[in-house]
Amino acid sequence: MSTILSSAAAENPIVLPPAPGQRHGMLPSPSDWTFELIETYHAEIERMARRFGLDTYPVQLEVITASQMIDTYASVGMPVNYRHWSFGKQYIASEKSYRRGHMGLAYEVVINSNPCIAYLMEENTLPMQALVMAHACYGHNSFFKGNYLFRMWTDASSIIDYLVYARAYIAECEEKHGLDVVEDLLDSCHALMNYGVDRYQRTQKLSLAEEEVRRKERETYLQQQVNDLWRTLPRAAEKELEKTSVRFPADPQENLLYFIEKNAPLLEPWQREIVRIVRKIAQYFYPQRQTQVMNEGWATFWHYTLLNAMYDEGLVSDGFMIENLRSHTNVVFQPPLAHPGFRGLNPYALGFAMFSDIRRICENPTDEDRHWFPDMAGTDWHQALDHAMRHFRDESFVGQYLSPRLIREFRLFSILDDTKELALEVSAIHDDSGYRHVREALARQYDLSFQEPNIQVWSVDVRGDRSLTLRHTQHNSRPLNDEVKEVLKHVGRLWGFMVRLESVDARGRASKQWEVTPVPRGKVGG
Amino acid sequence: MLQQVIDRRLSGKNKSIGNRERFLRRYRKQIREAVRHAVSGRSIHDIEQGENITLPKRDVSEPVFGHGAGGSQERVYPGNQEYVRGDQIARPPGGGSGSGAGPGPGQDGSEQDDFEFRITREEFMQYFFDDLALPRLLRTQLLPDVPEMKSRRAGFVSEGTPTNLHVVRSMRKALGRRIAMGGDARRQLHKMELVLDALLRDATTPGAEILAIQTEIVLLKQRLHQIPFLDPFDLRYRNRVQTPLPASRAVMFCLMDVSGSMNETRKDIAKRFFILLYLFLMRHYEKTEVVFIRHHTQAAEVTEDEFFHSTESGGTVASSALSLMHQIIQQRYSPGDWNIYGAQASDGDNWLQDSTKCRALLVEKLLPVSRYFAYLQVAEESQTLWEEYCLVRKSQPHFAMQKVTDASGIYPVFRELFKKGSDA
Repeated sequence: MSTILSSAAAENPIVLPPAPGQRHGMLPSPSDWTFELIETYHAEIERMARRFGLDTYPVQLEVITASQMIDTYASVGMPVNYRHWSFGKQYIASEKSYRRGHMGLAYEVVINSNPCIAYLMEENTLPMQALVMAHACYGHNSFFKGNYLFRMWTDASSIIDYLVYARAYIAECEEKHGLDVVEDLLDSCHALMNYGVDRYQRTQKLSLAEEEVRRKERETYLQQQVNDLWRTLPRAAEKELEKTSVRFPADPQENLLYFIEKNAPLLEPWQREIVRIVRKIAQYFYPQRQTQVMNEGWATFWHYTLLNAMYDEGLVSDGFMIENLRSHTNVVFQPPLAHPGFRGLNPYALGFAMFSDIRRICENPTDEDRHWFPDMAGTDWHQALDHAMRHFRDESFVGQYLSPRLIREFRLFSILDDTKELALEVSAIHDDSGYRHVREALARQYDLSFQEPNIQVWSVDVRGDRSLTLRHTQHNSRPLNDEVKEVLKHVGRLWGFMVRLESVDARGRASKQWEVTPVPRGKVGG
Repeated sequence: MLQQVIDRRLSGKNKSIGNRERFLRRYRKQIREAVRHAVSGRSIHDIEQGENITLPKRDVSEPVFGHGAGGSQERVYPGNQEYVRGDQIARPPGGGSGSGAGPGPGQDGSEQDDFEFRITREEFMQYFFDDLALPRLLRTQLLPDVPEMKSRRAGFVSEGTPTNLHVVRSMRKALGRRIAMGGDARRQLHKMELVLDALLRDATTPGAEILAIQTEIVLLKQRLHQIPFLDPFDLRYRNRVQTPLPASRAVMFCLMDVSGSMNETRKDIAKRFFILLYLFLMRHYEKTEVVFIRHHTQAAEVTEDEFFHSTESGGTVASSALSLMHQIIQQRYSPGDWNIYGAQASDGDNWLQDSTKCRALLVEKLLPVSRYFAYLQVAEESQTLWEEYCLVRKSQPHFAMQKVTDASGIYPVFRELFKKGSDA
């Protein structure tokens, strides 16, 4: 059983803002759902969500079967996507493990779009459907609409349109240029997908019509630019002298796909467009990768709170609540390290505990809380929660809100693994001297730039052999894994000329270097 | 703000089928190899099954930049039981690879496995046919599983489409219902009319009584009038049921030379030929039996396993197999009840005098009772048996022969067969 749930439930008795007016009768709760019941429950859940002030996109519910759920898994949760073998691989793998019973399917999938599309599984019981609606349609949905990363990087109203466009465009390219060429290109782009995101810039909003028109212009313009960059005849002798000393690019670039899209010398316009499509989709998923704990925690907190509020109003029966609490408990179960089922920190458990804890700190602060969270203790919990949801990502959220009390409850401790040492060392545990250390270490753990190697475009030999140099800046002298060579081949395929990767240690020395010379053109261009 | 609830359950299943096809396409070489391997290991009867395909993990991986083992990193874990700050923990053996470094059980273990998945029966057959260079039209003839159906009249039912409405039956039903429903009222009416007649004849009857009876008569007539002329449940529709075509039985004789000169490759080609014939017969007949006869200087009926896998040596007397086939037909498979197919595979090596005997056996005894007989020579050189059989071919339309040194050459033998199959 989960210690988290029981403690959270005990310490957060649901105290509701006064219910407006009339008292409702109990809703019917057979175990099988019907469309009418779904609408009835949805109306009640929505009423609750409004009372708590959740701001959401309109909701579109879709009922699907298990096999359709597997389909959805295979296309990274999106209702449409372009075709690629890797999605097929994913599909085969999930279908197999589902059939063998290795894997339960998710009860729901929700898409950050406007209207917010939530898939309900046909197999769910009615209480489960209610939980899923509260979780996805009001939890995740309000998070998508409120969190700064999603507001900054994604445009919920145009993503489906964009995917439709991407699918059609890639299908068209396959027809024109052949399946193999497109597949190779997509393979290469996928290998660099994590390096296809802007981290500090506002993307432009996409719309299908606009995109279509602008693509044509962009293609011609880009090709012209590239031709210009690689012009072999010098315009004037003196200018060339100047240029040899100029670095290109002037500053290191972290968005590899963007750099390739704009500067790779040999790519055809349609190839650049495909690179761009993969880049845009990577950018769309970028916020989700950074807010897993928050997103799931927020949704879990709200399904728990909304359903309890309904129970307190007498809308739902005891049996209904028990079934939901059972599912809820399974979701937020955090096995300890020694447990055979341990798979790292459960984002649902951590996120739910943290949001519940914020509410507790607001409502029943202890002296310790007043000391650690002077601004928050004793204030309105709705506002505190809303603020936390809007302005943070996992890394900063943990860094800001993980309380000593939670560190104790989870019995968190940090282990330092340094290959130079013979043994691992416990660097901090849940005591006075360790709270801050554990909190910082955990926050860092959720930082994407900590998880992924820092690799940037360093320079291009514009005047010479056109080779591209990437630079890996080591962090804590962690080396790259064995797949580097394979990924570099992909970079080489996109770039068309030699690609070099230097791994630079803390003192600025290139400790390791890889080089890949792609097969001459024809493979790429087709 | 609920926009709508959409029921997607009926729309678009298998949205990922396209992606799955791409996956299979990408690894077609490996899959074809696996299928080839499976065919040689399978019994003819089990040929139509899916197959597990295993691809090396490395082949299907999608590489991305990531951290390797080493360097220094700090990770946070829940559930501390015993440790205090500064404790040293021995580094777990083998652990610490990838980003999941640390004392936690890495998830890498399960991911190192090969990528294994199952292709369906249809996919398996597609790869099998690919090897045999079967034309597409033929594949579709061979693949569908449904037996040929014929629709037959089967009485009448109360539900159906308007086109099947049987008017006469429906009207008869309606009539019967009207009679049954109006029975009481009509009897009553009749009685009342008689009473009224009697009353009218009797001049002393008070007018009120006559009026009362007259009103009752009107009411009864109204009641009768309200019985509907035709009710939905009167309607009768012609019923038709689908019954499988009465399919007869077939027996397939596989004759193979197992003398020393038949090596594994030759046997494999022969096996593919037998499989294809078996598949074809299975489509066309409800019940297909297979008899395996192998021969060197003597022939014997054997099990499938022995047929393909045991080796013998020695000379060759092909006629021994043919006469054994004739015996078996006489004993167990009367040509009146069975469609008899023969398939003979040999490398063409035979005793000189025996080949003439073979021809005689075929023409006089076997071909008259067989639907079709195919001879497959799995070697290039023409020998006596080939020459004798060439004579047979000239006179007998349902005899086919072919030299095959490669699996894709098997198909032409079948072309003859399918020509007949289509008009049968």
